[in-house]
Amino acid sequence: MRLELGKVFINDVKFGDSTKVENGVLYVNKDEMLKEIGGDENIKNIDIELAHPGEEIRITPVKDVIEPRVKVEGQGEIFPGVLGKVDTVGSGRTHALKNVAVVTAGKIVGFQEGIIDMTGPGAEYTPFSKLHNIVVVADPVDGLKQYEHEAAVRMIGFKAAKYLGEVARNIEPDEVKVYETEPILESVKKYPDLPKVGYVYMLQTQGLLHDTYVYGVDAKKIVPTILYPTEMMDGAIVSGNCVSACDKNPTYVHLNNGIIEDLYEKHGKEINFVGVIATNETVYLADKERSSNWTAKLAKFLGLDGAIVSQEGFGNPDTDLIMNCKKIENEGIKTVIVTDEYAGRDGSSQSLADADPKADAVVTNGNANETIILPPMKKIIGTTDYVDKVAGGFDGSLRKDGSIEVEIQAITGATNETGFGKLSSKGF
Amino acid sequence: MSKKKVVHYINQFFAGIGGEEKADVKPEIREGVVGPGMALKGTIKEDAEIVATIICGDSYFNENIEEAKTEIIEMVRKYDPDLFIAGPAFNAGRYGVACGAIAKAVNDELGIPVLTGMYPENPGADMFKKNIYIVETGNSAAAMRKAIPAMSSLALKLLKGEEIGSPEEDNYIARGIRRNYFAEERGATRAVNMLIKKLKGEDFVTEYPMPDFDRVDPNDAIKDLSKSKIALVTSGGIVPKGNPDKIESSSASKYGKYDISGFSDLTEADHETAHGGYDPVYANLDPDRVLPVDVLRDMENEGVIGELHKYFYSTVGNGTSVANSKKYAAEIAKELKADCIDAVILTST
Repeated sequence: MRLELGKVFINDVKFGDSTKVENGVLYVNKDEMLKEIGGDENIKNIDIELAHPGEEIRITPVKDVIEPRVKVEGQGEIFPGVLGKVDTVGSGRTHALKNVAVVTAGKIVGFQEGIIDMTGPGAEYTPFSKLHNIVVVADPVDGLKQYEHEAAVRMIGFKAAKYLGEVARNIEPDEVKVYETEPILESVKKYPDLPKVGYVYMLQTQGLLHDTYVYGVDAKKIVPTILYPTEMMDGAIVSGNCVSACDKNPTYVHLNNGIIEDLYEKHGKEINFVGVIATNETVYLADKERSSNWTAKLAKFLGLDGAIVSQEGFGNPDTDLIMNCKKIENEGIKTVIVTDEYAGRDGSSQSLADADPKADAVVTNGNANETIILPPMKKIIGTTDYVDKVAGGFDGSLRKDGSIEVEIQAITGATNETGFGKLSSKGF
Repeated sequence: MSKKKVVHYINQFFAGIGGEEKADVKPEIREGVVGPGMALKGTIKEDAEIVATIICGDSYFNENIEEAKTEIIEMVRKYDPDLFIAGPAFNAGRYGVACGAIAKAVNDELGIPVLTGMYPENPGADMFKKNIYIVETGNSAAAMRKAIPAMSSLALKLLKGEEIGSPEEDNYIARGIRRNYFAEERGATRAVNMLIKKLKGEDFVTEYPMPDFDRVDPNDAIKDLSKSKIALVTSGGIVPKGNPDKIESSSASKYGKYDISGFSDLTEADHETAHGGYDPVYANLDPDRVLPVDVLRDMENEGVIGELHKYFYSTVGNGTSVANSKKYAAEIAKELKADCIDAVILTST
C-alpha cells in the first residue's frame, strides 16, 4: 500500500468571504462553515473562533484536535466509516493542511477535558499551541445526556476538518512525502536481511470520553487487528477520548502518529516496518486477557523481531500495557513500551500501576502529576468555569486573577504516549 | 564574602578514639577538623570552613537513637552552620545508619542542606536515600581518596544553592524522585532508536527502570460472616450528592468519610461519583454499582452478615499517587480497627 501525503503549509488563518488558500493563508468563510457543520438537533449554538500561536488565548474545555485533510486520489474518503463510506483507505494521494487544526471546545461533557494555552508556560507543554487553531465552540440543547452531547461535538469536529480539508484538493502541495508498505511476503522478500518490526497501537476504549473508533467501529468491540500504517494517515482511527487530556490521542495524533513516521524513517534501511497491530484497552479482565493474547499472537504471526507498544491513558491501562509487553516478549520479540508517569506531585511515588521485569526498555513522556501555574490570559475561548473540577485540577485551581494552578495532566497532549512531544522524566 | 560554615559528623573509629571497644562513646564536639575532615577541608577551603566536628560512638547512637539525635542537633544548632556533612561511612552498617539518621534529623529540624556518603549496599543507603543526598562511595576506607572529591563537589553545589544534576552527574545514590525535563528528541524517535539498539543487542538505557512491586497477600478468610461487622471502602469516588469535601476528579488530595446509616439504597438523588477517570454515567444512575450498599443491607436483614458499618470511606483512585494512597489507607485502617471492623470490602471502578 502506497500513499503520497501532500503537505500544504499554512502560515496564517483569517476569516474571509470565501474559504480558500491564498499565498499560504487559509481564509475561512465563517457563515458557510457554520452552515456546513451545523444542523445537529442536539446542539443549541455553534460559534467559530481563531487562535494563533503566541496570542494570549486559553482554549478550554478542549475535546478534540483534528488536522484538515482531503483524499485526492485512491480509494475512499477521509475518516472512513465515520463521515465517508467504509472503503479501505491508505493508498493513492492525500492532501493535508499543515500548521492548522480544528479544535472542538464548549460546555463540559464530563470533567475530563483539556486546556490549550497559546502562549506562556502552558504553551510549552501542548504541541497544539504551535498551530493556527480554528476553534469550534458548540453548546448542547438543555438537558442533553452526556453520550449524545459527546457524540454531537465529536461529529461536528470531523465535519469541520473535512470542510476545511476540501480546500486543499486542487492545490499543488509544498511537499510530497511517500509512504509505502508492501504485503508481508513481498516485504520480507524485498528486505530479507532487515529485522521485521511492528507497532502495537493501544487505543483507549472505556466509555464516555474514553472511546476510540476504527473505521467507525467502537474499538471496545474489536479484537486486535492488522492495519497498514498509511491507513491511519487517512483517518482510519479517530478519537472520542480526551479524559485527563495530557496522555490521550486526539484525532490529530492518530493522523500524524510520530511512531509510525519515525519507523518509516528507518524502513528499508535499518528495519523492515511491516505493519500496525491495533488493539484496545477495555474495562473487563477477560477482554484485557483476550486482547493481549491476540496482540502477541498477531506479532508472532507477522514474524516480528521487534515491536513498539504505545499506551493511551494510565492506571487501569497500565495493566494492558504490561500484559502486552510481557506476552510479546514471551514470544521472543524484543519490545519497547511508550508510556507516561503518575509519580505524585513531588515525583517520589511509583509511576505505574503495574510492572514487570520484562519491561526493560521504556520511553516515558513525563510525570503528569507535576503542577504548573498558568498565568491569566486576555481571552478565554470556551469557559474556565470547570477548571477546579477537570482531571488535574483541584479546589482552588482557578484563582481570582484568572491564573490556574493545575497538574500538567489537564493540558492537552502534554505527556502524549505516542511520543508526540519532547517531555520526559528522569530519576533524581 | 565570608566563608560558609560546615559541621562534620564522624564516628569513634574515624576520630581515632578506637574500634568496637569504644563504640559506646557519647557525642562530643570539637572545634575544627578531625580525621577525614582534614581531606574535606582541603577541597572546600576556598568557599567553606569546617567549624566543628561531632564525634559519636556507633553503638551509642544506634542504641540511644532519640537521645543521641537530640543531643547532636543541639550541638549543631549552636554553630548555625550552612551545611551538615556526615561520614563517609563506606560499608560500615551502624555508622551508615547513624550518618543517614542524623543527617535527616538535622535537615528536618534545622532546615539546612545535609550530605553523607556510603556504599550502595550499606543498609543506611536504602533507609535514607529518599530523604537525603548520599554520595556513592567504595566499600571501605581505602576508597576515601575518591569519596572526598565527590562529596566536596556536591557539598559546594548545596552550599551555593546550585541545581543538583542527575545521580550520574553528581555521583549520589538515586533518591527515586522523578522530575520532568524536555529531551532533545521527541519520544517517538527515542523509542525507535531504543528498539534498534535492543534489536542489535547494543546497550540502551531504559527511561523508567521497573520498580519493585508491592504485592499484598490477602488475610485469612472470615470464619463466621453472620457475626461480622463489614465496612465499605472505595477508590471509585462515590460521595454524597454535590461532593461536599470537593474530592478531586483525579489525583485526590484527600478521602471522605460518610454516614450511610440512613440509607438502604443509594440513588441518583443522594449520591454520585467524583471520579474523573471512568465513564461516570452508570455510576451516577445507580451508585450502588460502585458502592453496593443495597446488597449489603439485604444481607444484613437476611442475617448473612452481622452488620454494615455506619460509615463508608471514599477517595478517587484516578491518577492518585501510590504514596498518597498508602497514607489514606493507613489512616482509614486505623479508624476501622478502632471501630472493631472484622472485614472490609474494597471496591474500585
